Amino acid sequence: MVQLTLPKNSTIQKGKHWPAPQGADPKNVRQFRVYRYDPDSGENPRWDTYDLDTSQFGPMALHAIIYIKDNVDSTLTFRRSCREGVCGSCAMNIDGRNTIACTKPLDEIKSKVISISPLPHQAVIKDLVPDLNNFYAQHAAMQPYLKTTTAAPDKEWKQSIEDREKLDGLYECILCASCSTACPSYWWNGDKYLGPAALLQAYRWLIDSRDEATGERLDALEDPFRLYRCHTIMNCTQVCPKGLNPAKAIGEIKQMLVERAV
Amino acid sequence: MSTGWSDPRPLSPFTSVWRWHVTMVTSILHRASGVALYGGVFVLVAWLAAAAEGPKAYMKLMSIMASWPGRALLFGFTLALSFHLLNGVRYLLWDKGIGYDKETADRTAWVVIVLAAILTLAIWVTAYWSLDLLKVGG
Repeated sequence: MVQLTLPKNSTIQKGKHWPAPQGADPKNVRQFRVYRYDPDSGENPRWDTYDLDTSQFGPMALHAIIYIKDNVDSTLTFRRSCREGVCGSCAMNIDGRNTIACTKPLDEIKSKVISISPLPHQAVIKDLVPDLNNFYAQHAAMQPYLKTTTAAPDKEWKQSIEDREKLDGLYECILCASCSTACPSYWWNGDKYLGPAALLQAYRWLIDSRDEATGERLDALEDPFRLYRCHTIMNCTQVCPKGLNPAKAIGEIKQMLVERAV
Repeated sequence: MSTGWSDPRPLSPFTSVWRWHVTMVTSILHRASGVALYGGVFVLVAWLAAAAEGPKAYMKLMSIMASWPGRALLFGFTLALSFHLLNGVRYLLWDKGIGYDKETADRTAWVVIVLAAILTLAIWVTAYWSLDLLKVGG
């Protein structure tokens, strides 16, 4: 069902305000509005605001939230690991767009108040941590591994340089979920529509010259919801922090389905 | 609108925090203009039906459509038609695999918005101009 507003248990209250530290140069102070939800409190989520002295930490959004956790409010909860854009853990909505916090420079953000919230339209476990089980299940359903019927070769499955190049722009996905949770179709139909990340993954195996399950994979996608809920809104491609193009991959799958039908 | 959510955990904010890209604007406008055109077809049918009915009914409908609200409705219909037509070309190109990179998609979105406005104005200027000609002629 198309839901445009937040349900009752999800409306966001005004939260605490944490003023800038004494003696901070006002030129360096920026306000961060961070989504907070404490599952143990039984209360609705809230927006806490933190006035931070940006000279005290590094240039990225992740630096700011780690600074909050270390120095201002240790209860702030978020996922992070590699801090260099390869693990995909710290994906969140920053300044109205999904991205990974570790590679998002704060000086790129023009808004006066820097808003940080969990990936959109997901069940929130705590603070900036959404439940991504559905997202991962969709990825697993794409069977993201080589499927073959012919006897395995003595050494490796070989691939020409040209065929290998077809996987560029697809294999780099880090499963951060920025794209899928940016997609309005995924917001409204996330249980039935696979979403851009899973479909990019599907395409990565569809065009792998070594894979022998192309027909079977296409059969699994030919469905009004799984694939065709994509209306080329392009939010996925607009936000991908790795610069990949799920919208194009989905378009290619649609073309493959047409081509095999005619 | 919010009866669909049964999870005890909160739903993270989406429409209330999202900062739109122009491609999202054209997408929603495509759907909105499609709905508007669907409604507009009833006006077209009413026009045909009135013409079939006879001069009295036809003049009645014409006077409604010539009123300011009537003209505003027709102007909106023209705008919806222009936008849907032009943006439809983007969808055709996408179906051929053309125009997916985000710079191109942004640019074509703006082009369609501007061209739809120009096309609508051109149609109306032409309409008023030919109306004047008719008056002079008649």
